[in-house]
Amino acid sequence: MDRDFSSVGHDVEKIDGLSLATGTGRYTDDFDAPGTLHVAVLYSPHAHGIIKDIDDSEAWKVPGVVDVMSYKNAYDDMPKVVHTTAGQGFPEPSPYDSWLFDDKVRFAGDRVAAVAAETLDIAREAVSKIKVEYELQKPLFDPERAMDPGVPVVHDRDEYMPIPVPYDPSKNLMAEKIFSIGDVEKGLAEADIVLDQVYHTHYAHHCMMEPHSAFALFDETGRMIVYSSTSVPFHVRRIVAQVLDYPLRKVHVIKPRVGGAYGGKQEAFIEPLAAKFALRTGRPVKAILSREEVFTSSRTRHPMRVHVTAGVMKDGTITALRMDDLMTAGAYGPHGLTVLCNAASKVLPLFNKVENVEFIGRTVYTNQPVGGAYRGYGVTQATFGFMQFIDDLTRRLDVDILEYVKKWHIKEGEGSPVFEAIGEGKAGVPQVITCCKLSECIDRGAEAIGWSDKRGRHISNSPGKVRGVGMAVSMQGSGIPLIDMGSAYMKLNEDGSCNLLMGASDTGTGSDTVMCQIAAEVLDISTDMIVPLSSDTDVTPFDVGAYASSGTYVSGGAVRACAEDFLKNIMKVASVMLEVPVERLDTSGGRIWDSDNPDVSTDFGSLCCFSLYGAGENMQQIQGYGSYTSPVSPPPFIAQFAEVEVDTFTGRVEVLRFVSAVDCGKALNPKMTEGQVEGGVLNGIGYALTEQYLFDDKGRMTNPDFGNYKVFGSLDVPKIETILVDSYEETGPFGAKSVSEVCINGPAPAIANAIYDAVGVRIFDLPLTSEKVLAALKDVDR
Amino acid sequence: MEGRFVINGIEKVLSFEPDATLLQALRDGGFSEVKRGCDTGECGACAVVLNGDLVTSCKVYAASVVGSEILTAKGLGTVQNPHPIQQAFVDAGAIQCGFCTPGMVMATYALLSKNPDPTDEEIRRALDGNKCRCTGYVKIFDAVRLAAERMRDHG
Ligand code: FES
Ligand code: FES
Repeated sequence: MDRDFSSVGHDVEKIDGLSLATGTGRYTDDFDAPGTLHVAVLYSPHAHGIIKDIDDSEAWKVPGVVDVMSYKNAYDDMPKVVHTTAGQGFPEPSPYDSWLFDDKVRFAGDRVAAVAAETLDIAREAVSKIKVEYELQKPLFDPERAMDPGVPVVHDRDEYMPIPVPYDPSKNLMAEKIFSIGDVEKGLAEADIVLDQVYHTHYAHHCMMEPHSAFALFDETGRMIVYSSTSVPFHVRRIVAQVLDYPLRKVHVIKPRVGGAYGGKQEAFIEPLAAKFALRTGRPVKAILSREEVFTSSRTRHPMRVHVTAGVMKDGTITALRMDDLMTAGAYGPHGLTVLCNAASKVLPLFNKVENVEFIGRTVYTNQPVGGAYRGYGVTQATFGFMQFIDDLTRRLDVDILEYVKKWHIKEGEGSPVFEAIGEGKAGVPQVITCCKLSECIDRGAEAIGWSDKRGRHISNSPGKVRGVGMAVSMQGSGIPLIDMGSAYMKLNEDGSCNLLMGASDTGTGSDTVMCQIAAEVLDISTDMIVPLSSDTDVTPFDVGAYASSGTYVSGGAVRACAEDFLKNIMKVASVMLEVPVERLDTSGGRIWDSDNPDVSTDFGSLCCFSLYGAGENMQQIQGYGSYTSPVSPPPFIAQFAEVEVDTFTGRVEVLRFVSAVDCGKALNPKMTEGQVEGGVLNGIGYALTEQYLFDDKGRMTNPDFGNYKVFGSLDVPKIETILVDSYEETGPFGAKSVSEVCINGPAPAIANAIYDAVGVRIFDLPLTSEKVLAALKDVDR
Repeated sequence: MEGRFVINGIEKVLSFEPDATLLQALRDGGFSEVKRGCDTGECGACAVVLNGDLVTSCKVYAASVVGSEILTAKGLGTVQNPHPIQQAFVDAGAIQCGFCTPGMVMATYALLSKNPDPTDEEIRRALDGNKCRCTGYVKIFDAVRLAAERMRDHG
């Protein structure tokens, strides 16, 4: 599709780039106020227990301690509100199973008590003096056993699910989603071969560089301001008001710069704590997690068992496909239903020609760290299994995986019954794919990695080291159809610049910049004439927040609608000023003229001055607004290729090269789009190879730091290439779909497939560590 | 206790607890461009140039370096007058959330002041102490190369 744009589609410089590079951009912890108190939290060292008593008397005695809070006194002046920490649309598709404080602990890392003191050191010292008497209960660590009779029950209070879906905490059942299309048993019976395989994915953390942070204080009118490092400021406002039983109108949430989120900040769990201390003490209060606390007490990627069964004919036709997924929620259930649903709704439609499809999805509570939103959101987990399964299937049929996927994947003009069967927790919406360049992605990615020269060649350039290539394809969505909504507001200034106030949250993705490009494109002015301000609940209109790959598509749609409305109003006033009917007016580059007589003209700045000072009784602020929600969620598609070298002596897997060819619609800012992909890819490679939570037998994480968790550094980076395949999504703003999540799905299965290609062993469990590869190699030797 | 430092070319007295890290002392002193990502020396967000060498300020006691010269990202350049390294990070698309960026910029500065024409391998090694979760480092390497080139040309 050839379209010429002046702003979108170009590498416009990141609007906040220089402020971040020079250190003036401020994050939550960079705000300060005289007399700020600092919060330290006491976490449970035990995975499961009842708190019999808390003795905080010694903590109160530490000089500098201002407040100590636990279940014992937190509810002196407010009700004990059960809620979810998940920052989702309301009512949330997540169970109400959390409290500010409770007298039961459900994982090692659960909040027991907290101290607010003059300094963080004092607060920490005081925390160490709190004595807690626990009545320990048997913990539940095995999700496979979670629903067995007689096992420990994680939740037994007033928990409930705010939307009508299966929820049975007495059986540790946090969520269930089951559907079938056609007759899977019949399809399996008719098949030439039946393949059946179980895959496991593991606990993982976002590792955003900025820890979770909240800073609560009162403004001069007595309203509460909460600075929060969040993707969802409007949900934070709602949750803070809800948890504290405090009027929403008295809460003002500001999202300053955010140091990375990737889903991990789609959650409000420290904001209510900081806000409560502020209310109780009347002082500014900061709650900033340490890195260890980020690992142990924030949110994680949900582990998942992915069990795939398929019946296949010799010609490759899949006669039946069943996916039976068991997901671990951990101790609380934020996102536990929707992540599970995504594992089906954004994976199964890829092969949309299968007539008999069944999905059995369950999420269970255990006494382990709490899962939450994480880039990829269930698709990553399921794709690890599913794309290995397809690789295995094509090898058994002796067909080329590239040709196979190209033949069977969903195409433009096609739908899938799965879209309708499953949405975000409830039924979905029907969808026809209007833009899909996946086959082209496969071709271009394969060429870039040198697929035909490398696949199945077992190339070995040094003793004991064998190379292989593998691939995976995946899709995601662009926002949640008929659930996500964004909005924006614009006004014109005397110099022809425009303020763009939007609910969209830039968490580091560059969305502020892309939104300015969209507005500039509509108005046909240069991007630097747009002054963005994003996500301040007092100042900007609503937006659900930065999640579900909704930024460019949904929030961008709102900005486009807003700019169109704004432009209409500009033209109306210009018509009055120039005394030319609107239909005859033309605009470009911030100028407006009579198309019949170009000498009759004005510019945005003069027009603004006219409207503010010179229009007599027509004086007004020229403004515009718009909201956007989409009935569909057009998926971006990606084909990802890994070339690895496996050391057969040590089992070590080195990724030499990683290629992603992506159809994300029109890339509105290609360089930033590539950057998104590259970051997601490296995160995905780390997830595949090294990153993991290690636990002791008490359920405590033993490696809560970057080094031992093994986050990739600059020395670990393979050659990463990104190919943006040209495409255009008619429903998106200037052809755009999303890109932020889809890029993280492929690395794990592509690497696993490449390992098989190199040395003929399959690893079914993440991460693909040297130990596992070596053990598998030894098994083959025997 | 109190200690005198030369920070970004200006003499400054910081007050801090005897066991405070340099990171803590700097942030308390208003140098919020020095970021805290881990407090354990692993992320590099707190990196500053101390007497010409790159250090992670969370691993240095403030008391042990009283009298030192410290350079932070704010001392290197401003929005109005950025250092070529800072401009190169923007131009290369090497900044996403930006939380790692002040530390990355200082690591780059430390590298390029000693080695104006680093190889790719040398760039990787110089940045090894600085974690970035957003970019996958690809564009950060581009930025360092770009900065080196521009500084050689104009420098
Ligand atoms: S905060 Fe100093 S290295 Fe992370
Ligand atoms: S840009 Fe976000 S951590 Fe580097």
